[in-house]
Amino acid sequence: MSAQLLSFTDRGIYCAEGGFYIDPWRPVDRALITHGHSDHARWGHGHYLCTHQALPVIRHRLGQITAEGIGYGETRQIGGVEVSFHPAGHVPGSAQIRVARGGEVWVVSGDYKVEDDGLSEPFVPVPCHTFISECTFGLPLFRWQPQAVVAAQLAAWWQANAAEGRASILAAYGLGKAQRLMTMLPEAGPILTHGAVEETTRILRDQGYRLPPTIRVTAGIDAKSHPGALIIAPPSALGTPWARRFGPASAAFASGWMALRGIRRRRGFGTGFVISDHADWPGLNTAIHATGAERVFVTHGYTTPFRRWLEEQGYEAGIVQTEFGGDEAETASEADLA
Amino acid sequence: MKRFAALFNAMDATTKTGEKTAALTAYFRTAPEADRVWTIALLSGRRPKRAVNATELRTWAAEAAGVPLWLFEESYNIAGDLAETIAHLLPRAEHETDPTLDATLRALIALTGRPEAERRAYVTSVWAGLGPEERFLFNKLLTGGFRMGVSRGLMTRALAQATGVEEAVMAHRLMGDWDPARTRFADLTEEGGSEGAARPYPFALASPLEAAPDSLGPAADWLAEWKWDGIRGQIIARPGAFAIWSRGEDLITDRFPEFAPLQDHLPPGTVLDGEIVAWGGDAPLPFAALQKRIARKTVPKKLLAEVPGHFLAYDLLEDGGVDLRAAPLSERRARLEAMLAALPAGLPLSPSPAALGDWAALTATRGLARDRMAEGLMLKRLSSPYHTGRKRGDWWKWKLDPFTVDAVMLYAQAGHGRRANLFTDFTFAVRDGNDLVPFTKAYSGLTDVEFAAITRWVGKHTVERFGPVRRVVPELVFEIGFEGIQASPRHKSGIALRFPRMLRWRQDKGVAEIDTLDGLRALLRQVSEPGTLRADEVKTGDLPAGSKKKTGALPPDPQDI
Repeated sequence: MSAQLLSFTDRGIYCAEGGFYIDPWRPVDRALITHGHSDHARWGHGHYLCTHQALPVIRHRLGQITAEGIGYGETRQIGGVEVSFHPAGHVPGSAQIRVARGGEVWVVSGDYKVEDDGLSEPFVPVPCHTFISECTFGLPLFRWQPQAVVAAQLAAWWQANAAEGRASILAAYGLGKAQRLMTMLPEAGPILTHGAVEETTRILRDQGYRLPPTIRVTAGIDAKSHPGALIIAPPSALGTPWARRFGPASAAFASGWMALRGIRRRRGFGTGFVISDHADWPGLNTAIHATGAERVFVTHGYTTPFRRWLEEQGYEAGIVQTEFGGDEAETASEADLA
Repeated sequence: MKRFAALFNAMDATTKTGEKTAALTAYFRTAPEADRVWTIALLSGRRPKRAVNATELRTWAAEAAGVPLWLFEESYNIAGDLAETIAHLLPRAEHETDPTLDATLRALIALTGRPEAERRAYVTSVWAGLGPEERFLFNKLLTGGFRMGVSRGLMTRALAQATGVEEAVMAHRLMGDWDPARTRFADLTEEGGSEGAARPYPFALASPLEAAPDSLGPAADWLAEWKWDGIRGQIIARPGAFAIWSRGEDLITDRFPEFAPLQDHLPPGTVLDGEIVAWGGDAPLPFAALQKRIARKTVPKKLLAEVPGHFLAYDLLEDGGVDLRAAPLSERRARLEAMLAALPAGLPLSPSPAALGDWAALTATRGLARDRMAEGLMLKRLSSPYHTGRKRGDWWKWKLDPFTVDAVMLYAQAGHGRRANLFTDFTFAVRDGNDLVPFTKAYSGLTDVEFAAITRWVGKHTVERFGPVRRVVPELVFEIGFEGIQASPRHKSGIALRFPRMLRWRQDKGVAEIDTLDGLRALLRQVSEPGTLRADEVKTGDLPAGSKKKTGALPPDPQDI
């Protein structure tokens, strides 16, 4: 076989020799899934393979599917290739997928971050010849503060609100970010959760991830029953009658996009906490360097400038188009919540 | 700077007026006095001149950040703000410093005109010591682009609360062209105030009238005047001081030397509110003529002869040195007319024509506004005082509906600030035979939801990229509204519009249905040959055809420059 080990099709990244796709966006027979976010784990495939840790949430989200788990680092022959999953540090259970044939190694990063968040299995660089890297935040504008710094900001915000009799409503993506935030906060009061957040939290807690106690918001649970509470909810719940039950409240959004003042103001969140489950600019560069890869394909994010940057750094670089064409402005305006 | 940054962030984090006022009041009570003065200056539009141009900043910042210039530009296109781009791109400070706002601004002012190497050394050394938020503000001050989400009225209220001075009195004390570098906090807030003799009054401002005029009650309570399209201004003629102020509080006395003779004729202790227009002998010239004057600090004789200024007075604010603002408009207007009638002929000053009438008559009068070179009518309650700033209820601007044209979007560019990452700046074309000819840009008029939908559309319909600009498939049709049209040899289309904006996204229309360049040319011919009606025919009392009433009343009005 002389064809490329992985090729880029209109269904997603494809391995002809293994007969599988990685995070495909249209129904295929056999799908390897990096993690449970809905733009990676989609409905309708014949057979799913993901980490044991990612499987429960994926099953919960997709319902009746034929799926199988695999351990981190465990190798498996699929067709003529060897496949293994390695921690990506993005959310609990997330993986990079390594595909090897003979001496040639490719790694698909999925989504990843380099900083250890204390909850997700920490990112491990996987040596390879060709690395397919996300670049959601692939511009030097994006430099995250250490998690401890953001944790202190969050705690101060929560405490100030509580002192003034306001509830604190924190908008965050329901899988990964929401749970990460819980673990970052001091035990300063009750943590209430929107149903969409609580479901995932319960599943992860049952899997053995160490998460603080949370209370699902149901009838009778409000600012009176739980004064000084922190409420974690998906962004879509803000401004709805659901959120108004908490009376006077301060709302904030936790996302890497909050680094940009324009986006922060447009979304009407005065308070934004800059915290992301994606690698920042230094993180992307560090991770790519650590793989030792000579060739890098970039996908999902600021692909055009990031590829040019990598070429100037001496890499052979290309772009993998995603379903949406990888338009930068669109990516940012849709504000990837993770 | 940290304290100032905290104030800025507090303003940025809320849209609630009460919270903003409280934060600002606390700042005015506790910040160093010199910093308070600069904050007042910044919030009332008295920004220092920029010490560094954008090209220099880009170069210095890209090098300090170790980023190639092209990548700096890519980042800028996403952040949509130069100051913010630089604040993010630079490595974090190792040891943060906290200079005062006063020290920072004085250093910036001293920097103006220094050699590049010196300015660069200073700027990069400040960057190296500031946190990202202070850096952002420092950059905004450096480029002259500083803005904070606080109106001048809100700032005045907070200052009034912090000092215990009445709000209207405080507003008056802050007027004029005081220099923050040479002004103490007490000079501004205590009796006496800034530059006494030439100090103007705070301008009264109007709100747009959206409802039908009869919602205002009986027409007999109201005075109507033309809403002129000129420079709103005040003439101050006091013993020892003669000054002309624009609404933006620029001192423009020297730009309009033709008004200098007024100081010999106006009674001492007179303050007039009115509109400076370019004068065609008996009616204003189009605003385009006045624009030639606005740009000039000194006026060549030829231009002075071609485009003479004229002051159409709306109101009398001070008479014989007495502040008249609390008197009813009817009284002020009567005194204004009496005062001006006593002046010798030939001065570039006359009362702006005013009218009374029933709503039907005034509606008909308003329909004539374009022929009079006016934008519509002002409606002012005859019993009202001269308010400080915009107080809803007594003054209304009742503008004509704009001209409209249906056009197709040809280019799209992302906006800045709040609109970074959204395509909001569009270039539009009309049809000229088989060609599409670009003729205007527009940025405003759509909702965030519409801009988001168009942004997604642009992503999928880009034909070509020129840096941040996208050429798109000519498919989306918009109704463009505008206030005026003039010939412009500088533009390919040969025309230029005044105040173009998007009125509607015409999703019901296709590119085959847009208007033509010939249609715009026809409109241009029409407006260039105004009707026979002249402004001076519209004297007090005979404006409304159906009204026999005489007015003798009328006051000031608010216009935007």
